Formats: sequence, C-alpha cells, structure tokens
Amino acid sequence: MKSLDDLKKIREAAQHKVIMRGGTLDSIKILVGMGTCGINAGARPIMTKFVEELAKRNLITVTVAPIDCTGNCDNTPIVKVVIDKKETTYGNVTEKMIAKIIKEHVEGGKPVQDYVLGNKK
Amino acid sequence: MKNVTITINGIKTEVPENYTVMHAAEELGINIPRLCFLKDINETSSCRLCVVDVQKMRGLKNSCTLAVADGMEIETDTEEIHDSIVQNLELLASNHVFECWACEREHNCELLQLMREYNVENVYGENKHYFKKHRQINNSSDSIVLDSGKCILCGRCVTSCEKQAGLGILDFNERGNETYVGPALMHSMADSGCISCGKCIQACPVGAIKEQSHIDGVVEALRNSNKKVIVSVEPSVLVTLGEEFGTEIGENVEGKVYKSLELLGFEEIMDANFSTDLTVLESATELIDRLQNGGTLPLFTSYSPGWINYVEQYEPDYLNNLSNVKSPQQMAGTVAKQYYSGKLGFNKEDIVFVSITPSVAAKDEANRPEMQTEGIKDVDYVLTTREYARLLKRKNIDFLNLEDGSMFGELSKLSGGAPIYSEAGSIMESSLKAVSEILGETNSNLEFKDVRGLSGVKETTYTIGGEQINIASVQGGINIKEFFKKLKKAKKKYHFVEFMACEGGNINGGGAPIHTAQNQDNIDIIGLRLQALNELIEGKEHRNTRLNPIVTELYKEWLGEPGNHKAQTLLHTTFKAKKFYTSL
Amino acid sequence: MVERAHVLICSGSNCVSRGANSLRDEFETHLTKLGIREEIKLVNTGCVGLCEQGPFVIVYPEGVFYAQIKNKDIETICNEHLYKGRIVEKLVFDEAITEEKEIKQFTEIGFYKKQTKIALRNCGLINPDDIEEYIARDGYRALGKALLEMSRDEVVEEMIASGLRGRGGGGFPTGVKWRFAMANESDQKFIICNADEGDPGAFMDRALLEGDPHSVLEGLMIGGYAIGANKGYIYVRIEYPNAIEKLKVAIAQAKEYGLLGKNIFGSGFDFDIEIRLGAGAFVCGEETALIASIEGGRGMSRNKPPFPAAKGLWGKPTIINNVETLANIPAVIFSGAETFNKIGTEKSKGTKVFSLGGNIVNAGLVEVPMGTTLREVIYEIGGGIPNGKELKAVQTGGPSGGAIPTSLLDLQIEYETLIEAGSMMGSGGMVVIDEDNCMVDICRFYLDFTVEESCGKCTPCREGTKKMLELLDIISSGEGTLEDLDRLENLAKMVKNSSLCGLGQAAPNPILSMLDKFRPEFEAHVVDKRCPGGVCKSLIHLEITDKCIGCTKCAKQCPVDCISGSIKQLHSIDTSACIKCGVCKNICPVDAIISV
Repeated sequence: MKSLDDLKKIREAAQHKVIMRGGTLDSIKILVGMGTCGINAGARPIMTKFVEELAKRNLITVTVAPIDCTGNCDNTPIVKVVIDKKETTYGNVTEKMIAKIIKEHVEGGKPVQDYVLGNKK
Repeated sequence: MKNVTITINGIKTEVPENYTVMHAAEELGINIPRLCFLKDINETSSCRLCVVDVQKMRGLKNSCTLAVADGMEIETDTEEIHDSIVQNLELLASNHVFECWACEREHNCELLQLMREYNVENVYGENKHYFKKHRQINNSSDSIVLDSGKCILCGRCVTSCEKQAGLGILDFNERGNETYVGPALMHSMADSGCISCGKCIQACPVGAIKEQSHIDGVVEALRNSNKKVIVSVEPSVLVTLGEEFGTEIGENVEGKVYKSLELLGFEEIMDANFSTDLTVLESATELIDRLQNGGTLPLFTSYSPGWINYVEQYEPDYLNNLSNVKSPQQMAGTVAKQYYSGKLGFNKEDIVFVSITPSVAAKDEANRPEMQTEGIKDVDYVLTTREYARLLKRKNIDFLNLEDGSMFGELSKLSGGAPIYSEAGSIMESSLKAVSEILGETNSNLEFKDVRGLSGVKETTYTIGGEQINIASVQGGINIKEFFKKLKKAKKKYHFVEFMACEGGNINGGGAPIHTAQNQDNIDIIGLRLQALNELIEGKEHRNTRLNPIVTELYKEWLGEPGNHKAQTLLHTTFKAKKFYTSL
Repeated sequence: MVERAHVLICSGSNCVSRGANSLRDEFETHLTKLGIREEIKLVNTGCVGLCEQGPFVIVYPEGVFYAQIKNKDIETICNEHLYKGRIVEKLVFDEAITEEKEIKQFTEIGFYKKQTKIALRNCGLINPDDIEEYIARDGYRALGKALLEMSRDEVVEEMIASGLRGRGGGGFPTGVKWRFAMANESDQKFIICNADEGDPGAFMDRALLEGDPHSVLEGLMIGGYAIGANKGYIYVRIEYPNAIEKLKVAIAQAKEYGLLGKNIFGSGFDFDIEIRLGAGAFVCGEETALIASIEGGRGMSRNKPPFPAAKGLWGKPTIINNVETLANIPAVIFSGAETFNKIGTEKSKGTKVFSLGGNIVNAGLVEVPMGTTLREVIYEIGGGIPNGKELKAVQTGGPSGGAIPTSLLDLQIEYETLIEAGSMMGSGGMVVIDEDNCMVDICRFYLDFTVEESCGKCTPCREGTKKMLELLDIISSGEGTLEDLDRLENLAKMVKNSSLCGLGQAAPNPILSMLDKFRPEFEAHVVDKRCPGGVCKSLIHLEITDKCIGCTKCAKQCPVDCISGSIKQLHSIDTSACIKCGVCKNICPVDAIISV
C-alpha cells in the first residue's frame, strides 16, 4: 500500500465482507421458500443462483435468505422480494427468471408482473 | 546557574535552580528526616520520611529529589507531615527486630534515632493481630551477614553495590510486604560474586548488613591464659576509631588505642608498618624480576583482599599479572607465628593473631585455606575498626578518657620508625622506591595525576634502570571495572598497577566507622581522615632509608634472600579463578 | 463464491471459557454435511459484550442473536435456520424476540440500546484476524488523514479539542499529554500502549485487543506521528495469550499491507511496533514501573517528576496511553473533534467502556456515553439486581476506587462526579453490590489485592497496605474497637498522601470511601459485634427459618454434619459445631437458611 487511493481500493473491495453486518444494508431482501416442498421443487439451486447473480452485478447490499414454507406448496419454488417492507411473491421460479427479476425488480423497482404468483397462468 | 526564590516555612530564600527542596531546607538549618536518601547513590525516594507539603501539589512530596521551582511555597513541619512521618516510622518498626543491645548499630542507628526524635510507639510490633515478616539471616559469607530482621528496605545497599562496588550483588527479592534484600533468589552471600568490600555496610542506616563478627573469638582468646594474643593495628584505625565514640572525624587517638589494647589484655603489638615493609620488599623483588626477566606485565598488587576477590571472580584471565605476595596482615601473622613465636618462647599453636583493620574482606582473607602455614592459620581473628570499638564498649572501657599509652611487647620494637602506609598509593610508592634502592639507583617521589575520563584512577611514570615505567593506582570496585574496560582496549602499556577495592584505600574501608547519610552527604569524611593520617605520619620519626634495618636482619637470620624459596613458601600465596552462583 | 449468510461466533475470552472454541468446528461439520458450507461465512469475532449470556452466535443477514449456545445446538441452527430459513426461536436470546415472534436486531435489545460504541465499534462485528474487514469499516483512514492532511501540531490540537481523556483511570487529557512529549526535543521518542490491565474483574482492554486490535495499532501510530516517535511498544500481560496472538497477527498484517514500516502512505513517516510481555504485576500498569519493566528492570515505580513525557523509556520522551484511549483515537481523527466532543458531558467527552459485574443480571462489557447515570447502566443496560435483592452500592475504579451508595444512583458518570462521590472512573471496573454483601469484607477483598500487588518499594504502600488489611481482619473478626476504625482511617489517609506512586496513593480509596459512606456498617462490626451483610464469619451464625420444607439437601451436604431434621420436617443447625461454610445456604432451594 502506497497511498490513500490504495487504501480506498482495498476498502471498497472488502465491503462485501462486512456490509451484511451492522445494519448498514438497504432494505432489499430476497427470500426463498425453503420448506420441504420448496427444497423438493429445486429451491436450493434457485437461491444459489440469486446469490451468484447479485454478486455478478455487485449488488452487495441485497441479501438472500431462506424462509420457512410459505403455504404456497403448489407453486414452489417461491421467491419473495421485499423492498421497503413491500413484499412481492413470485411462484414457480426457474433459473431463467432470475436475471429478469433482479434487473427489473431489484434494480429497477418494478415487479416482473408476469412472474408474480397468481398473475401467471 | 540561575537562582530561584522559594519560601520554606514562611522564610523566603534564594537558591540555585538545581537545588532540591531538601538541600534548600538544610541550608536554612531546617532538618528533614530521611532514611533512604544517599546523595548520588540512592535517590529512589522510597522511605517517604522526607515529605513536605508544597502548595498546589497534591499529597505530600518527597523533598530529597524534588527540584525547587521559582515561587514554590513549602511547609516542612505541619501536623499532617509530622503525623505521616510518625506513622511511617510505626510501619517500619512493625517489621524490625528491636534487639538493640545486641546490634552493631546500637549507637548510630538511623532508625532508632528517628524513633527517639519522633517518640514513636511500636504499635504494630508486639501485637498478635499483626504479622511480622519472617526473619532471614544470610550468613554464609566469611565477611558479610545480611539480617532481614533489621532491614527497612531503604535500598541504600542495593544502589551502593551497584554504583560504588560496580557489582549489583544485592537487589530486592520477592515483592510487597515480602520483599527481601539479598543476592538474586536469596542465594548464599558466599557464592554470590560479592567481593566483601563492605560498601553496603557503610550504606546501611541500620544493622541489617554487618561484618561477620569475630569479637567473641577474641574475647575468648584473651580470657585463655594459655594463649599469647598478638595484635596488629592497621594505621588508619588510629585516626578513625575515635569516631565510634563521638570524636570529630579523623581525630588522632593513637595513644588511647595502645592503652586500650593493654587494658583488654593483648600481650604483644606488632606494628603493621613492619609487616608492610615485608610486603614492600617482596613486591619490589617481584617487580624487578618481572622487568628484568620478561615476566607478565603489568604487575598487579595483591594487598587489597577485596581486590583479590574481584580479580579471582571477574578478571581471572589476569591472574598471572597478579603479584603473589601476601598482604601486610597475612605477613604479620605468618612472621609472628612462624618466626617470632620461638623468640617469644611460645609454641606456634599457642599464638593467637588478631588483626584490627577497616577492611571487611580481610576477614575472608584470613580464612582462605591458602593462608595457613603447616596447618596453622596465619591470622586467627580480624576485627574491623567498628568491632574493636564495640569490644571496648562491651568491656566498659571509657575510651575517650583513657590516658595515652604506647606500643608494648617485644614485637613492638620491630617497627624501626617506619613510615605509615594507609593511604592508597603509599605501598606502591614504597615498593618502587625500594626497587630503586635495591638496584642502587636514586629514588624520587611519585606525582600521580588523575586519568581523564576515569574516576578513582591515578597514574604516573617512574624511572627504573633508565627506563620509564607506567604506573597506575585504581581504587573502588566501579573504577576497577571501568579501568579493565579501558585496559582491554587501550594501547597504553602499564608496568605496575595498584588496585584497592575501596576508593581512598583503607581510610575508607568497609569496616571503618559509619556516618549517617546526612553526614556522608555533607562532610568530606575521606578528606578529614586523610588529613589526620598525614598529620600522624608527619609527627613520626622518619628513617633515612626505605628499607627497615630490622627487616634486613630478619632476612639475614631466617629467610635468606627476598623472593627465594623460603620467602616464597612463607610470604607468598596463590590465587585461583572463582566462579559464583555455582550451587543453584 | 459469495456467501449469503454470515455466522458470527463470539470468541472473546469469556465465551471461550464457556466453551465457544469448539463451535466453529461444529458449524464446519454440519454445514458441510448439508452441502451449504460455501454459502455461509463463518467469522470468529471478539467480545460482543453480554458475557453473562454467552457463548453467542449471531446470524446475518437477519441479525438473529443466539445466546448460551452449546455444541449440540449447532446442528439445529444449521439444519433449521441456515438450511431451511427457520429461526430457532428457543435458542434466541430472550430479549431479542418479541411476543409476536418478531426478531429484534441485537442493537435493539435493552442491553445494547443505551450503549454508544466508539471504542468497541468493531468489537464483536469483525474478524480481528482480517485486516480487510477493519479497512472495510473505515480502518486506517484516520491514519491516512493524519499523515497526509494534518501536521503534527494539528493532530495534537485536534486531540485537545476532542476533549478525550485517558481511559486508564487518571483521566488526563490525551492531547495535552501528547503536546508535552511533542514539545520535548529528542533524537528518539517512544509511544507505549499500556495493555497491562490489572483491576480484578476488568477486561475492557482484553476485549478490545482480542476483538479489534487494528484500532489500537492505528491509535498508536497516530500518537507516534503526533509526538514524533517512530517506535511503539505494546506492553501486554502474558495472561492474555489470546490478545497477544491477535496483536501479533494484526502487526504482521499491517506490515504486509505497508501500514507499518517505512514511509507509510508515502508520507515519509516510519513506524514500528513491538510487543513486550509483562508478567502480570498490577504495579506495571503504573507508567514508571511499566517503563522499568520494558527496560528489563524490576517493575518498581519511580518518583515523578520527571514525567515520562520528558524522560521516559531509556531516558527518552515517552507517551503511555491505555488501550481504550488508543482505540478512540482513530474515531476522533476520522470524524473530527467536533463530532466526538458532542458525545458526553462538558468535562468528560466521548464514551467509557465498563466491565459490569457483581450482583447484576446482564454482566458484561458495556460502552456508554459519559453522562449516563449509574441507574441507567445498572437497571436499563444491566437489567437490575438478580434474585429480587436490594442494591446496596456500586463500586467503580477497582482496587483504586470506592463505593457509591444508592442515594447517588442518579449520578452522571464523569471523571469529576465519581471523584466527588468518593470513587473514581478507574479503568472501567463496575461492580454492583447487593444487600447480601459486607462492606468490610469488600474492603478486605481489595486490600488483599493491593497487598499482593504492592511492589514493596515505598514504606507506606509496602507496610501500610498490609497493616490496613490486618486492621480490617481485626474488625471483621469482631475483635476491633472504635479506636481501630480511627487508626484505620488515619493510616489510610497517610498512605494516600505519602505513597510514591499511584498504586499506593489509591490503595486506601476503598477504605476511605466506604468508611465515609458506610461507617455505620463498620461500627456495627466493632460495637455491636454484628455483620449486617451476614458475611463476616466470626460475627454470624446460620439459622434455618420456618420456610424450610425438609428436603434434607442441606443436611446431606453439610461437611461437618451439624444439621439435623427428618424428611419434611423443619431442620436445625447445631451452631456450636457449624463452621459457617455456607454450603447449606447456597444449596437450599427455598432460601430458608439465613445468616444472622
């Protein structure tokens, strides 16, 4: 390290290490239903994919977490996106849908109506 | 030096800015009690008796090291200060063993003096509720005894060993209320690396460090009618013994010394100057031999037993430089027992030889196994100047009111109007003059000069056989240590070096009378004693020749030539390297 | 792989002593078994503070605060929470979950809510072994700012303006101290971190060193720059092996990242730090004794002046700052004096870390703004006194402090107010004392400590502390008199006034303060021969009240068989045989045994 700039670079690169702790996150959460029904329907790879996709886009302040069975066992995998306490539930989520949800909903703030549970036929 | 104005007890005074508060107060005649402070040696401010109240300073401050500052307002005698001193004395008393009647320092104990001044009650001392520290007595050394029962942990011995002896044998062991002064891990003094110079004893305010006492042995010998007790008195005793009885420092009490010896029942006095002449002659012979026959140089003198302890333990590589001539004390014992016993009509075994000297190390010197001839110890007992005074007190001899006496007994006739050797450098000077005399050359006086950058070291040159030889005299443990550092690096070659374990020589020996810290700080004790010694010498009848005719006769009748086999056997000794902390 | 969840395992020494060491291995095993090891980041953090409830596991992003976790709980947490997203409610700290089963962020818990974390800002939150986590949380930015944007004078002035005062106990303004050392010209100067934390029960410094060592290093470096020292020492007691280990790692990492060594940030400033181990002597926390110890000498104090800022280590100007002080420094410099000095009171700025202990529900490490009241600390943060007992006093300042009675509970914590109340800030020990304690006995506890820890150099401390302890023993044994109380008080005043160093000067404080505030309790011991707290063995006897249910537990446990009684009958104690060990009292399930 030779200068303040070097320090700044390290600081920025290391943000992902600590940002999750200490309440400095913005309020976007991606919750993946991880009841037995969800796991059977392939929720685990969905969750992993979300994590990877967010990292790819450097969205380090968005968190991904499993949640218990949401009761929509017929439409698993279930993914909820929570922005400012406003919750949107996606059903029958597939890996292909993930990029779009992140781009339009997480980044753009507009839920992907086609995927929202109940909208999709 | 700038002056500052301070106020002590309402008196405004102007003092140099490098003064301490204690110093400033003393100049105003204000006495401040102290137990740990020994100027330039022990400035640890640990006893807390010299406390004063300084305006704008929190708590009480120790005045011994507190520097004056302009405008300082100081009180030295408030109720709080008095109370603090009394309580601290009570605390010191709580662990002290008050066996004053049996204490070496009964008459000049600094703690006892303060207990008297402040009328201190020993509240904690004799009460079952209060703990008294376990008493440890370290008496393994032939010279020095440590007694924790008396120790008040002022640390004066610790720093004097470090700064005067240059050794650091003593330190604090354990800590808190269980602190003990002693060699590391409370190791035995005998195996501690101590050189027995006795600087620690001189520094002690109480009787916690003392010489290994020989008084009882002497008393017993004097009582035994089958024994012939011969005594030899080191000359400096004659001008210092009075101090133990309250005379001025350096008062000549020679006549009273002889009278008192007679009263105690000593039968013979052997003049120390006579035996010193033997040392001088043998040393001169040895020096000539080394100079002429390419022996190891420089030749180191061997008549300070403290120095012998030093070189054996710390500079064993130089043992070949060391003269092997016995010290005057051991010469005296040897000659008295091996030669004059017959003349006096006594068996060697029935002679008891007592030496009175300010040297503490002389006690372990007398006990060296090498210092025996055919199984008979050369010297039986060594009394320090202080012990001799104590013996007199035990025998109720009113020393100061004695009439003057003179030397008595057959051996006293041996003196032959000899010069007095006591000042550092004097034996060496005599040895060199003897060299000149033996070689038939004219002798000259030595004019020593201080060596720059080395305190306690003086040097000069002397001409022998047309060659200038380099001479040095080194005194005091710390100076010996520094001298060796230089010697190992220096280009300068010395031919003859005198070493004394005590700065100033015998006059400042570890067994000389002790003065309070305050007097040690304010009075030039060595100077006054030296002056007295010189006056004593000037009052004597002087010989023309350096060589005592009686000594010459002794050689003719008994020993043969100086340095020959018989002389070597009787008047020389051996030294060897010694390790310490060997029995861990 | 980016982790979706972070599991923080408190690895402060308190939690480790309660078994936290093996938790990580359990996580490794179970996460691997579930195939989700890579998704989860495991972090061993420093102390999270609420030590009474440890060991802790905190799971992010939810911030779920699991308390009193044992090895067997880990499998459940992995299976349920981390795998399926079901929070394991029964393991969550009681106060961290609402009745509606809502999870509170742990900062919302009563214990943390009133706290303001400056010194402890990273403690329990980051991995102390990873310098990047420290950097990510603005670490070393203050150093950069000081070195590149501020002159030495400006750093010192900023420190003075911040009002930060020494957290080791004395409360001397840090900036002012630095200015002395800065002004002293010398070819060499030193700055030392005093990590010789010695008060019994205090562990603020240990927690900081274990949890956020870089903050201390950064503080030390800023101080070094300000006073003109290129060499720093950390004097840490050898009883803190974990802290020493963290420091070693931190120093090595700082060197590796070029934050220690030559020409830091290209500023031309060089700095090196060395760890020196102390043998754990309390007195070595005193500046001059600490210096003697670093120099290789015996840990003994020496007289001041000269102060270390003028003549310290190896005779060179030296600044010694406490761990907590140093941890505050980056925060002061980074946010600026004005931000810092908004916190706290007029004379005492910022926060203070306390180790809260004694008879209190939430024992642990707390950091509160200066000016917080004792009541807030004890009742709102500490959760009050357990077992329905009455509060009697709060002891602050450890063996150098005093006891504050309940009448002063609304006292705002500041250096001055505590001194006025007869106590002191000290390094941050805060011991809560309930009605079942005896003040004579508590004095004995502290004096016993100082007697052990006195270096033995000066008379009043060496001999006086021992005599004070013995006087307390006499009082406690019932053999004391009113004269003994006077003697004790006089002796205490004298030792305070005339001792050489801070240890001796402060050693009588517990006695002086308690004699002042709780004198009737002392008098009860010597006049009525009674111990109101029911503690002093010679003055009490144990009695079984009619609350006894006859369970026989006490009779079975009594080591001298002096309790008799049949099942379901009222038991009784033969007081002539009783040794007052108190085993029965502690074991009684219905508190039927009392000491009177």
